[in-house]
Amino acid sequence: MADTLYDKIWNQHLVKTIPEGPGVLYIDQHFIHEVSSPQAFRSLEERGQRVRRPDRTLAVADHNVPTWNQHLPIKEEMSRKQVALLEENCKKHGVMLYGLGHPLQGIVHVVGPETGITQPGMTIVCGDSHTSTHGAFGTIAFGIGTSEVEMVLASQCMMQYKPKQMRIRLDGKLPKGCTSKDVILFLLAKLTASGGTGHFIEYAGEAIQNMSMEERMTICNMSIELGARGGLIAPDETTFAYMKGRQFAPKGLAWDEKLRGWQTLFSDAEAQFDLEYQFDISNLSPRITFGTNPGQGIAIDQPIPKADQLNNETDAEQHQQALDYMDLRAGMSLSDFPLDEIFIGSCTNARIEDLRQVAQIWKGRKVDPNLRINLVPGSSQVAAQAEEEGLAAIFSAAGVQMRQAGCSACLGMNEDKVRKGAYCLSTSNRNFEGRQGPGARTFLASPMTAAASAITGKITDPRDWVRD
Amino acid sequence: MQAINKIKDTWVNLKIDQVDTDQIFPGEFLKISTKEGLGKYAFYDRRYDENGEPNSDFVLNQYEKMPQVLVAGKNFGSGSSREHAVWCLKDLGFSVIIAPSFADIFKNNAYNNGLLVIELPQSRVASLWGKPQDSIVSISLADQTVSTDSWKASFAINAYKKECLLKGLDDIDYLLNIASEIASWEKEKGGDDNLN
Ligand code: SF4
Repeated sequence: MADTLYDKIWNQHLVKTIPEGPGVLYIDQHFIHEVSSPQAFRSLEERGQRVRRPDRTLAVADHNVPTWNQHLPIKEEMSRKQVALLEENCKKHGVMLYGLGHPLQGIVHVVGPETGITQPGMTIVCGDSHTSTHGAFGTIAFGIGTSEVEMVLASQCMMQYKPKQMRIRLDGKLPKGCTSKDVILFLLAKLTASGGTGHFIEYAGEAIQNMSMEERMTICNMSIELGARGGLIAPDETTFAYMKGRQFAPKGLAWDEKLRGWQTLFSDAEAQFDLEYQFDISNLSPRITFGTNPGQGIAIDQPIPKADQLNNETDAEQHQQALDYMDLRAGMSLSDFPLDEIFIGSCTNARIEDLRQVAQIWKGRKVDPNLRINLVPGSSQVAAQAEEEGLAAIFSAAGVQMRQAGCSACLGMNEDKVRKGAYCLSTSNRNFEGRQGPGARTFLASPMTAAASAITGKITDPRDWVRD
Repeated sequence: MQAINKIKDTWVNLKIDQVDTDQIFPGEFLKISTKEGLGKYAFYDRRYDENGEPNSDFVLNQYEKMPQVLVAGKNFGSGSSREHAVWCLKDLGFSVIIAPSFADIFKNNAYNNGLLVIELPQSRVASLWGKPQDSIVSISLADQTVSTDSWKASFAINAYKKECLLKGLDDIDYLLNIASEIASWEKEKGGDDNLN
C-alpha cells in the first residue's frame, strides 16, 4: 500500500487503536516550558502520578524570561515564580532543564533542532502551537494544550485522531531578496488563516528541496498559522548534513543504522492526499501583512486590497475591523510607511541564518536611531555563534545590541512588549490584536525586510539592499 | 471532569470571526500558574479600557449573570495553544460554544475540560445572532441537537469524545489504565533504544 510520510511515522508509533475512537500515539520527545506546564504538573500530582519518561522530556525557560541581564534574578514577581516553579517541577520529577544561564537555553523550537534532539521519524509534542517547526526534519510534531501535556507526562502517549492530509508543492527558484518567510506569508494570503484546518501539511517540490534546514523550519513553523495541525518535510541529504555531528545526534554505527531508517521516510509515489496545491514561487515578491491575522498579507509593492477585491462579505467585514485596529486604509501602499519599532526574533526567524541575513544588510551601515529595535537570538547557542562569526560586532556597529535568548516581544508576556499604538515590523509569526502588547500594531515580514527597514525607519523593500 | 449533556439557557452573541486565543486570554496573564479564577482576564483588552474601567460597548459586559452559551464567528480559538483560553471561558460560566468552525487545538482543549464546542453552519449561527437577547436555546449532547423556538439543527461530534463528555471522563484516565500495554509496546519495539 502506498503511504504518505505522515502515515509511515504514524504507523510506527501507534500503540493501539480504540474501536471507533482515537489512536494511542506514542510520543518520542516531549518538550515543556514554564508557561504551559505548571497546571499539568499540579494536576499530575493530584492524581498521584509521576512523569513516566523523564528521559524523553526536556524543559526550557523561554516565554517568560527577560532578555537582558539573565544572570540577575527576574524582576517581575509572577515571572520569577513561574520560572522557579518549572525548576522545582523538573527537579522533583528528574526532568532535564535548560534554564536561564544554561548554555543550551533558548526558544524550545530552536533548541530541539540545533542540539540534534529533534530527529527524523520522531513524534514530538510541546504545549506550544509552533511545535510544528520540528516537522522540517520529517517528524510528526504538533502543539498541545496543558491537559495534553499532563497526558504525555503521565503516559508518554496521546489520544489522537488521524488528521486529513494536504500536500503543497512549491516549484521554481526563490528570487533574490525573498526568503522562505515570504513563501509562507504568500501561502497564508492564498489559503487564508483557516485554509489548513483539520490537516497536516506535507511541503514538497523543488523549491523546498533547495531550502536550508533553517528555511524549512520557518515554513513548517507557520503551518499553524494556516490553521493546520502541523507541517512536515521529507528528510533528505540537507537534513542529514545538518544533523551530523550535533550534540545529541547518533554517532558512529548508530548513525549509520538510524540513517538507513531515515532514508525510508518519504511519501510513496502513489500516496493519496486529501487536498493538494501547487505554486510556483519564481516571481514571488517580499511579503508583508497589513491586518490582524497572518493571512491578511500582500506583496510589499502592492496596495492594501479594497473590500470589493475580497472573496466575500464576512472577509470584507473582518478586513475593515483589521484596518481599523491597524489604523490603515484600503488602497494605500505600505511601502515607506513609517515604523516605531522593529522586532527581529522568535522561533520563526531568529536562527543563525536569519541573523546572517540581517548582518549582511547592516554591515557598514547604521540603523535609524529613532527606532526601538529588539534583536533577539533564538537560543544561547545562536547568540554564541553570532558572537563568534562577528555578527554581533556588525550589529553593535550598526547601533543595535543583541539581546539574550528568549521569546521576547513575540508575545506580550515578558518585559519586551511593543508599546501601545506603536507600529512594529516583526519577523515573528502572529500579528493578532495585542499579541505583542496591548494595542501594539504588528507587520509581519522576513528578516531581510526587517533589516532594510531598520536602516530607513520605514517599511522598505529589501531587494534594493541585498548585496550579491 | 464534569459530565455535560443538556443545556437550556439564553446566550451571548460574539459576532467576530477569527477570535484568536491571544484575544481570549492576553499573553500578559499567562504568568498565572493556576487554572482557577481566570474569568476576570477573559477578553481583557476588549472588556476594559486603559484605566481598567469596563467598556460598556463590549457584549460580555452587558450581562449580570453570564449565560452558559456563547455563539461566535468562524475559526474560533485560532493561534496559541494556551489552555487558559478554555479555563477562562469556563470560569466565566460558559458550558457550550457554538460557531461555524473552531481551531483544532482549541477544540481538543475544550473537550479535555468538558467545554462542549458545537459547529453549526454559518446560516444557523447568523440566525442565532439575529434573535432577541432573551431567546432560549436548548442543547442536547445525547441527541446531538441544538434548537430554538423556530428551528432545530443537529450537529456532528466524534463518538468517543461524546462518550467522554457525557460521562465526564478524560483521556488521562484511559491512558493510565493501559500503562502496561504501553510498556509492552515500548519493549516490543526492540528495547527502547530503537525507538526514535
Ligand atoms: S517565539 Fe513566539 S511563537 Fe515561538 S515559542 Fe516563543 S512565544 Fe511562541
